This record gives sequence, structure tokens and C-alpha cells, in this order.
Amino acid sequence: TSWRQWRQSTHRYLRRLQDDVHEWLTALQLWRSDIHIIEGMFGTGILSYFSFLRFLVMLNLIIFTLMFSFVLLPIIIAPHFMLVFICSVYPTSARQGLVIFHEHIADLLSGGGFLEQTYLFYGYYKADKIHFPGTTYNLPLAYLLVTVAYLFLSLIWIVKRSANGFKRNLVQDEDRFQSFCNKIFAGWDFCISNMNAAKLKRSSLLYELRTDLEEERIKQKIADRTREEKCRIYLIRVILNLFVIAVLACCFYSIYIATIFSQEAQMNEVKVNFIVDLIHQYLPSIVITLANFITPLLFSVVINYEDYSPAFEIRFTLMRCVFMRLTSIGVLLFSLWSHITKCKEEPCVCGYNHVLYSCWETRIGQEMYKLTVFDFIIIVAVTIFVEFPRKLIVKYCDCGLAKWWGQQEFAIPQNVLEIVYGQTICWIGAFYSPMLPAICTIKYFFIFYIKKVSLMKNCRPATRPFRASSSNFFFLGVLLIGLSLACVPVIVSVAQINCSQACGPFVNYTTSWEVLPTAISQLPSGVQTLLFTVSSEAFAVSFFVVTCLAMFYVIALAGAHKRVIKQLREQLAMVGILNLFEGCQPWCNFTLRKIHLML
Amino acid sequence: MGTTASQLGKDLLSEYQELTFLTKQEILLAHKRFTELLTKDEKDLPNVRVPMEKILTLPELKSNPFRTRICQVFSTSIVKDGSLTFEDFLDLLSAFSDSATLEIKSHYAFRIFDFDDDGTLDCGDLEKLVNCLTGETEDTRLTPEEMRQLIHNILDESDIDKDGTVNLSEFQHVISRSPDFVSSFKIVL
Repeated sequence: TSWRQWRQSTHRYLRRLQDDVHEWLTALQLWRSDIHIIEGMFGTGILSYFSFLRFLVMLNLIIFTLMFSFVLLPIIIAPHFMLVFICSVYPTSARQGLVIFHEHIADLLSGGGFLEQTYLFYGYYKADKIHFPGTTYNLPLAYLLVTVAYLFLSLIWIVKRSANGFKRNLVQDEDRFQSFCNKIFAGWDFCISNMNAAKLKRSSLLYELRTDLEEERIKQKIADRTREEKCRIYLIRVILNLFVIAVLACCFYSIYIATIFSQEAQMNEVKVNFIVDLIHQYLPSIVITLANFITPLLFSVVINYEDYSPAFEIRFTLMRCVFMRLTSIGVLLFSLWSHITKCKEEPCVCGYNHVLYSCWETRIGQEMYKLTVFDFIIIVAVTIFVEFPRKLIVKYCDCGLAKWWGQQEFAIPQNVLEIVYGQTICWIGAFYSPMLPAICTIKYFFIFYIKKVSLMKNCRPATRPFRASSSNFFFLGVLLIGLSLACVPVIVSVAQINCSQACGPFVNYTTSWEVLPTAISQLPSGVQTLLFTVSSEAFAVSFFVVTCLAMFYVIALAGAHKRVIKQLREQLAMVGILNLFEGCQPWCNFTLRKIHLML
Repeated sequence: MGTTASQLGKDLLSEYQELTFLTKQEILLAHKRFTELLTKDEKDLPNVRVPMEKILTLPELKSNPFRTRICQVFSTSIVKDGSLTFEDFLDLLSAFSDSATLEIKSHYAFRIFDFDDDGTLDCGDLEKLVNCLTGETEDTRLTPEEMRQLIHNILDESDIDKDGTVNLSEFQHVISRSPDFVSSFKIVL
């Protein structure tokens, strides 16, 4: 009938419209074509690294937008002034008199000098209430809430992104007995159109198959191990783990020493010369980078003697590297914290060493700024001065050594670790330096192009590649560890340490957190009671119980599903009528589909 | 691209859009790439068949180890020479596109892997499949012992009714739990 026809045609029209809109939206996505090219040339494993990078750019951009609209914008458009108290002597560190050009460079790299008293750092946001005609804007409250908001936003976004990967991972985990089928039936990446990449994919598949078969044999061997052999292996593992811990402790101690030394050198008014000062400034960054360069090499040697299965070896080395990378930031912050809260006469008058650190938040912001800048410099420098010459040597030198050395591998885990490290610094630093997310956005933006060029020109894909499904989950997992690690120092400094009395939005409060209770006490009593009820123990306990119940329900559901699946599998195997389903075919070729459409 | 759009015709284009999982841009691009493979006089003829050798010169297929199988599966030619018409070509791209369903993709994958076209993957098919994946030369091949173990493992994992071959339902069952399949079974022009 005509009604049906009309409905069909509108349906078709709507579908086409939807397609067009979808196409438009995807066309607007950042780096769509670049990522497309990379996917085409190197497959989905490396693609997931680059889309992860894009995700971080977007995340930082959003965080910066938050910061900008609620903290920067009000203070830029509204005039404000502050009163001066005892603890609030904050000497300006901008250079007086004639300034030489290279000093500007030093300031730019270290975040000191003329950069210190700008919107870049916490100290400049020295305003309590901003009065607009008609309303007052509570800047300290906004500052605190934005900090909480960006941490929460990151958490939710990461969890949302990883939920998908996690689901797949669970499915895969359950079907560990299906690993060979996955490799054979879904092993080839049909996207690959680059001859070299195809060759690599082949050899990596061969390698994976061989190692998996080997692993089966090793598993058999492990099962057959005698008691003495077991004892010997466990002893070796314990000794090697102790060695690893000792190496880590050494690294952490040297980071601590370097930080303290660098802080003291910066306090020294006597300037030696430009280069030495800069090295003093950057000492912690240099030590951290060195440690993170050496330890992975050590770990990869050590793991050979521990006699694990090959797959576990890779994962375990990686876990050690993640621990090393992320904890080194923690150690740096700890050493700064211990230095800041140490006074000549205990206990400190202002709650922190107000003589040396009149504005300690800005100081931490500067450290984070330096780490970010140094990280970027290292990435650029390694690409230009290490990978590029290496490629030239390998390409134009015919000697056996160069051939054996080969081009730089594009190792996805190490690269991911690198950017997660940068992101962790950004999360920590965003509280002390509100402009840091913007810097990180720009940094990741450039890193994308640098890595793309480096991948295309300098590197070859790793011989043992990451699978897209497991890698996505791994990236977000490491990022989540980074986020939780970043939360600790921010929370401690907000809730525990006295905020500086000389600078920043919280000058009128002892700790930054105090803003919140003060703001709540000014609300109408109805809202107050509501908020107090929500934050009371009774509510927390009942909420916890309800969450537990929901969780148990979900667990039970999962168990039931699992049982049903198992039963169904058994039924399938028993009945063996699978061939009956052979008749219906969901695909049909063009002619058939055409006929279908005509009907 | 403006000239190809007029060549394809608006009605035909929207019909193709109905029949495949491809978007307008993708169809136009496919048409452009396909006409590039044709000689000058062939361009005016309707329903031209492009021989398999020419299709395989496309860079997207060139380094694919299953390229001849793909052409054979999607060809509607009666003599089974793997030659493609434009509609066959669109069919191919549609099955390998982003929005094709898992069911369709796994079905075509099964047919591609079924080297002897007998409707099941037996030991011979699996051996050919593994050799395609790892490369045909002597040093990239698995040893007979490794191959035997591998095929044993594959059948162990997927052959539910224990008849020594993998049939379509078993294949789809395995594929549906393989997380990478949908993202990797893709060809983009």
C-alpha cells in the first residue's frame, strides 16, 4: 500500500540522513586521516597507541577548559586586591635591572623569574571574593571544586573507556583455552597494506605461534618439576627480587638526594653561571629520566634468570617498569614535601617553612612544569639525535654490526608508559599550575606528529606486537594507576598541609579544604541539613550496604550466566546437530539482495 | 571526484547505499579506484569484469596473503576465475567495511579460509591457512611436528562435535568470542 511505501521511503531517507550526519561527525574528529593512514600501514596495535594519544589530548583540553572558565576567566576580567599579613611576605623573583637574553631562556625553562608571577602558577591567583556587579564570585571555592571536578572527570572518562576493553578482556580471559583459534582465525590484520608491515606481521605471527607451542611444552615441564628444582627456582627468584628492590631503593634514594640538592642550590642566592644553574634546576628531572632509562634494561636482563613463562616475563617486566616510573614522581614529591615542612625551629610557625618557601605551591608547580618541559625535550631529542642517526647508520653502513643492531623498534608499552608518566605529572601539577593542562595539550599535540614521523621514517614495528584488545585495556589500566597516584599528593596537600599565607586563593584559610565547610555554613539551613545528612556516617553505611547488595546481585547473575553457558556447551556437544543450522545463510550476494529489495 | 559522481548516477548511488554497508563517499571512492583499473574502451561498457590479476595490483590487497581467496570468494563469475564486476567489488568492500556485522564478516572469513570449497575446514584447510599466515618459504614454515601439535590444539579448542573438522557454526562460535576479529577483518580503500 501507499502507506507502507511512504513509511519505507521515509525510513530509508532517515537512515541516509543519519549516515550523512555520522560521516560529518567523524570527519570533524581530530587526526582522522592520520590515524587512518597509520592503521592502514601498521595495523591495529599501533593504531591503539595513537588513538590513546588523541584521547589524552582531548582530556587535557577539557581539563583546561574547566580551569579556564571557572578560575582564569573570572580573575582576568574582574579587578581584585588583597590585604597583607605576617606570613604573607612573598618576594618577587623577577630579575631586576638589565636582563640578558639567556636569562629569559632559563626562566622559560625553569618557570622561575618573570614566569613565576603569571597566570601559569598557583601563587598568582591571589583573590578571595571577586565582586561583580550584582554577585560575588567565591574564587577559592571554585578553585577547589574545579580540582575535584577534573580528577573525577578523568576517572569517569577513563573508566567509561576501559569498560568496553574490560568486558572484552573478561571474555578473552574466560576463553584462555581458545588462544590458538584466536591467532589462526583472527590473526591476520586485513588492514595492513604495507609490504614491510605484512612481512613483519607474518614473522610476528610465526614467533607468537612458536612461543605459544613452546609455552605449552614449558607448562608441561613445570608440572613435571621435582621438589628440589622448585626450591632452587624459588630461591633464585627471591634473591633476584631482593636485587630488584635494592636497585629501586638506590634509584629512589638518588632521586631524593638530587631533589634536596637541587632545592638547596636554588635557594642559594649566589649564581654560578647559566648552564650550572640550569643543571641544578633540572637535576631531579635528569636523575628520574636516567633511572627510567637504566632500570628497564636491568629488569629485562634479570627476568631471564627467573624462569617464568615467556608471556608472564613480558608482563612482569612491564609491571616493574610501571612501578619504577610512577613511583619516582611520588618520591620526588615526598622529598619536596619533607623539605617544605622542615623548619629551623620546630614546630613551624606558619605550618610550613615560610622563610624558604613563601609560596610552596608555586614551587611544586614549577617542579611539575620543569618535569613536563624536560619530558618533552627528551622525547624530541631522542627522536632527532638517537633514532634518526641510528636509522642513517643502519641504512648506509653495510657492516655486520649495524645490520645486527637494526632500526629502533617502536615498542608500544614503553611509549605508552612515557605518555602516562607525562599525564600523571599533569594531573598532579594542574592544581599548582592551572595552565599546565594547556601546556600538556600542546605537548601531546606535537608528540603525536613527532611519533608519527618517527614511526614512519625511523622505526620498525616491534617484532612481538601488542594485540589491540589487550593493549587498550593495558593503556587505560596504567593510566588509572597514574591517576590514583596523582590523587594522593593533591589530596594530602589540599587537606593536610597548611596552604601558603603569602599567595594563592586560599590565603584566608589554614588548609585549602576549609573553604568547603565555610561555604556550606553560609548556605540556607535546609540545604545544610541535606548536605550534612549525605556526608554523615549513617548515610555512608547504608549506601555501602546497598552497593554491596547490588554487587552481590551482579556476581550471582554472572555465576548463573556462566552455568547456563556451560550447560549449553554440553548440550551442543551432546546433540551434535550443529549441521542442521547449516541451511540458513545470513550473507547473500548482490543479486539476491536486490531481489529482496524489490519485494 | 565530481566527474565520477556524475558517471555513477544518483539513483544507482543511492541503490548501492541501500545494498551495502558503505557510505556515499566510500562508494564514490570505490568507483574511482575501480575505473582506474579499466582500459579506455572498457570504461563505457556496462558490467565489465576485471580479471583477478588486475584486482590484485591494488595496494590494499597486494600484501594480503589471502588475496586470491578473497577474489575467488567474491567473484560471481561462472568460470570461477576470480574476476570481479564493480558490484562484486562493492560486495567485497561492504563485507570488509566498518559497519558490516560480525555474522557477515565471520561468514565470509569462513569461506575465505575454506580453501577446497567443501563447506568445512578440515586438516588440509587448516594447514594451508597456517602456511598462508606464517609465509610459504622453508625457514618461515612450522615443522611438521609443530604443525601437527598446532592443528591438534585448534581442533581441540573449536571442534565441538568432535568430527575432526570445523564447520561454519563452530567457526562462528569461536569467532564471536575472539575480540580482535571485527577490528582486524577490515579493508579500507
